[in-house]
Amino acid sequence: MTVISAQNLDLTFQTNDGPIHALKDVNLNVAKGDFVSFIGPSGCGKTTFLRVIADLEQPTGGTVTVNGTSPEEARLARAYGYVFQAAGLYPWRTIGANIRLPLEIMGYSRVDQVERVKRTLALVELSGFEKKFPWQLSGGMQQRASIARALAFDADILLMDEPFGALDEIVRDHLNEQLLQLWARTGKTICFVTHSIPEAVYLSTRIIVMSPRPGRIIDVIKNPLPKERPLELRDTPEFLNIAHRVRDGLRAGHSYD
Amino acid sequence: MRSLLPVLTVLGILVAIWYLAVAPMNLRGVLDQAERAGATVIPEGSVARRDVHIWSLILDNRGHVAAVYDMKRPRLPTPVQVGGELWKTTGEMAMKGRAWSKRSLIYHGWITLQSTLLGFLLGTTVGIIGAVAITYSRVADMSLMPWAIISQTIPIVALAPMIIVVSNQVGIEGRTLPKAIISAYLCFFPVLVSMVKGLRSPRLSQLNLLRTYSATSAQSFLKLRLPASVPYLFTALKVGIAAALVGTIVGELPTGAISGLGARILIGDQFGNSLAIWSALFSAAILAGVLVTALDLAQRGVLKYMGMRV
Repeated sequence: MTVISAQNLDLTFQTNDGPIHALKDVNLNVAKGDFVSFIGPSGCGKTTFLRVIADLEQPTGGTVTVNGTSPEEARLARAYGYVFQAAGLYPWRTIGANIRLPLEIMGYSRVDQVERVKRTLALVELSGFEKKFPWQLSGGMQQRASIARALAFDADILLMDEPFGALDEIVRDHLNEQLLQLWARTGKTICFVTHSIPEAVYLSTRIIVMSPRPGRIIDVIKNPLPKERPLELRDTPEFLNIAHRVRDGLRAGHSYD
Repeated sequence: MRSLLPVLTVLGILVAIWYLAVAPMNLRGVLDQAERAGATVIPEGSVARRDVHIWSLILDNRGHVAAVYDMKRPRLPTPVQVGGELWKTTGEMAMKGRAWSKRSLIYHGWITLQSTLLGFLLGTTVGIIGAVAITYSRVADMSLMPWAIISQTIPIVALAPMIIVVSNQVGIEGRTLPKAIISAYLCFFPVLVSMVKGLRSPRLSQLNLLRTYSATSAQSFLKLRLPASVPYLFTALKVGIAAALVGTIVGELPTGAISGLGARILIGDQFGNSLAIWSALFSAAILAGVLVTALDLAQRGVLKYMGMRV
């Protein structure tokens, strides 16, 4: 079943330095339960594409549907949770209250709020940190809290824009492992933007390789790795093989001018 | 407590400079008095002394220098004299049960405080409402902000009498409200500017996040913009209350007021009573210190409650 579908998508930003062709002729279908990674150099439009799905940018051509409706309707129906690169927790709210934020806005009952905060905190392994303030947590824990915030309400789609980009390698490995487990447990559809080839190969069922000027899809790689993925998998020939193909795609689309 | 030593050091330096300044400021008066009392003064005659530099006068009349610190009507009173006068017009009168006498600085301070607080309330309200309007309306941003800036370029001393006259004309009794309007005029500006900055402080990604929740603008105001502006608000309130006090005192100066600290300063000036001026001045400074400290404590309390590191 197709959850997200883009047909001939075009987006041109009008700037003072002239028009910027951020997305050109993007065609993509994301099925329910997919884990799709978008990879490419800066300016390839991967974040822009995610923002179009989230109704944070308006395309200048083509169509996008989310759950069969327009992105705006999907947004109003609260169909997705969005995780930004910066955790963006409110410093004046405790971790629990930060996760409660979308629930308050969407009008969940008091009892339901308490129960959901508890459940999502457990999901990202932050139980016991409910009453702490964000500055009392490490960067990795803050990002986990922001994922919990996106999971707190019943959205089937998770849009993640380089959520681990600012974290160090070890924390990132750990969070990647956790994210896979979380995906397996919840069965959500995940769109994941990243700069990192190993991250993309390790996490996804499909890897979308993009290229800049104009931003477009140059390769879609189906990931044959098993669903069960220990970290050691990254040293196997199969893994390196896919990583190689991603790197080739990136190189082909990038002229290094 | 860590800040106590530097503060006391600066205070010590100021007091030292003050004491050093008393001699050159008062010596001519002391010499005039001494000459009238029959003592020897070099050179003789106050007209002749006018042409002599103050430092040579001090050198030539070393015997009279001690008297500059104990004049009845000094041009520049010593800190001890000012302190004595302050105590005489506050604590001593209060102990005698005359705190509300027209000669007591407690009474005049209270008159000034009333207008200050009323003006502070008025100015803060106007500032916050203006900031909300500017944040949410492009029209308000483009039309209100320039006028807010222009308003602060008009000398308040020129405006104060007009405000008094106009309020009288429209039938406002007493002086408390017109003075409060003058003080609000000075007070609203820092609050407005800071609150605009505070309400605009949330990053785009934070606003985007609320958009993904389909939050209403009332929700994004209450849950994001307002709490984000609180640290800015308190900084502004501390500047604002000091401005409100200055506004009230200025409102008391050129308007023929007979009560309030500003009126005491003016009356002291008209009667050549520098002790009255200085003690009123210090009362105002102490009042400002108390008000700002109270707001500072409130700020610490609120920010701590909000989980921010103070």
